[in-house]
Amino acid sequence: MSLAPTAGRNAAALARQARMEKGRLISLTTPALALVGCVVLIPIGWLFYLSFVGPDGFTLINYERLLHPSYYVTLSTTFQLAIVVTAICLLLGYPLAYLAAQLSPRWAGLVLMCVLFPFWTSLLVRTYAWLVLLQRKGVVNTWLQSLGLIDEPLRLVHNFTGTTIGMVHIMLPFMVLPLYASMKTIDQVYMKAAANLGASPMRAFWQIYVPLSLPGLAAGLIVVFALSLGFYVTPALLGGGRVMMWAMQIERSIAVYSDWGAASALGVVLLVITLGILWILSALTGAFKSKEK
Amino acid sequence: MLNRPATDTQITHLRRLWLYLLCALVMIFLVAPTLLVIPMSFSDSRYLTFPPESWSLRWYEAYFSSIEWREATFVSFNAAFWTTILATFTGTLAAYGLHTARVKGSRYVQVALALPMMIPVILMAIGIFIFFAPLGLNNSVTGLVLAHSVLAIPLVLISVTAGLKNFDLNQELVARSMGASRPWAFLTVTLPQIRNSVISGALLAFITSLDEVVIALLIAGGDKATLTRRMFLALRDEIDPTIAAISTLLILVSIALLTLSQFLQADRKR
Repeated sequence: MSLAPTAGRNAAALARQARMEKGRLISLTTPALALVGCVVLIPIGWLFYLSFVGPDGFTLINYERLLHPSYYVTLSTTFQLAIVVTAICLLLGYPLAYLAAQLSPRWAGLVLMCVLFPFWTSLLVRTYAWLVLLQRKGVVNTWLQSLGLIDEPLRLVHNFTGTTIGMVHIMLPFMVLPLYASMKTIDQVYMKAAANLGASPMRAFWQIYVPLSLPGLAAGLIVVFALSLGFYVTPALLGGGRVMMWAMQIERSIAVYSDWGAASALGVVLLVITLGILWILSALTGAFKSKEK
Repeated sequence: MLNRPATDTQITHLRRLWLYLLCALVMIFLVAPTLLVIPMSFSDSRYLTFPPESWSLRWYEAYFSSIEWREATFVSFNAAFWTTILATFTGTLAAYGLHTARVKGSRYVQVALALPMMIPVILMAIGIFIFFAPLGLNNSVTGLVLAHSVLAIPLVLISVTAGLKNFDLNQELVARSMGASRPWAFLTVTLPQIRNSVISGALLAFITSLDEVVIALLIAGGDKATLTRRMFLALRDEIDPTIAAISTLLILVSIALLTLSQFLQADRKR
């Protein structure tokens, strides 16, 4: 008879202890959170504040200036480049991921090594490699000439072409890896079932395989697009100052004009668009996942 | 239609030869440009060609005899070392905390810790620059380490969380039921078994810091310039062949780290 209340008290004490334990465990994230808070959140918040402040207090002048034609060129170049790069990455990345997902583990390992090697190699080293390969007397021009395909060396670098080639090289792994991950989970039984029911290989591919690979496809597309929008190093070097990207405009606003307001406003818009795109990604993949269930 | 032989519904190797060819080309596109730098770095000429017309070690000599390049290399490796320590320590703690606590708010903590991966780096660089200025952290290794750690924490978090997911935490419970304290159980039971994930995360942290350019461009000047910062500036102004030699050395570092991480992963699957 006296057992029940004791058990109740014990249960309450246990629950309290469990809560405290969880509290202690979650507090293990404090050092990481403190770092991210201090080095990322506070500075970005400060930039946000700066973008709305002029000499006379609150102002929208920094944002109004973004409508100026000179910014318009930068922003449209940025979007054009991001779209072109994302499209090429899709065309090159999808077949590669598809093949890797079909191959035996050994060959798939080889493909993955080819994808991971650039991933681990310094961005600058890879950009430098393209700079050397694509220059007027570079390997690509020399070979094309010796093959008799062209008479004059092509202008391959310090322009839109060079920037595109370099950026595709950097972004391709970001397309292939999520695609491969999602294709690996596709059960081949579905394709066999489709074939059994009379679908041609092409039809089975488009109606079964592609829809099933959509989560990885969406992830790849959106990550590549978002990263391309904010990319700095490769366009700055391979564009040779002729291809003005959003991130370069931000850097120039500060380095050349010391205009923190303009830089902050540009940055805030870039941030909002990037996070918006990534939010769409998580919503989309969430939708795909719930559909699967 | 349903009665046709099964081979009709299967794609022969010949019919998708184009796929193999395309993929081979893409793989060459991914790997070859970087590897071509290695032989080119042994060229004797200022205008790097492939194959080099005459061979020499002059660009390696130029690198090793330059105090500026040596200093920059030291700063880079120093920053990468401390970044690895800081990011691996805080990232592993956070991954363990998030994995074991399972409270409602942990999703938001996870998003907050992943933010540095989503925010455009140029924006972080500028934010960090103005935030560090009054603290005197610009142009210091401490500042670099703090900034790079933030970039590396999400990678450590992902790697260690993956390791924890493959690990049965009940083992820790057993250790604790036999009298081990929670930290002791973690150190002696859990950590040895998720070791490979932690080391993978640490390698990622190291390479992230070593390769980072944009933040270093803004906050690491003077005698605290990193290797990548100096390389970027040298490439923007004029293509200095010394960079071919430095690139080759960096490629070797990447290959070593990549091989190590693949090795650890294979070990983890076993």
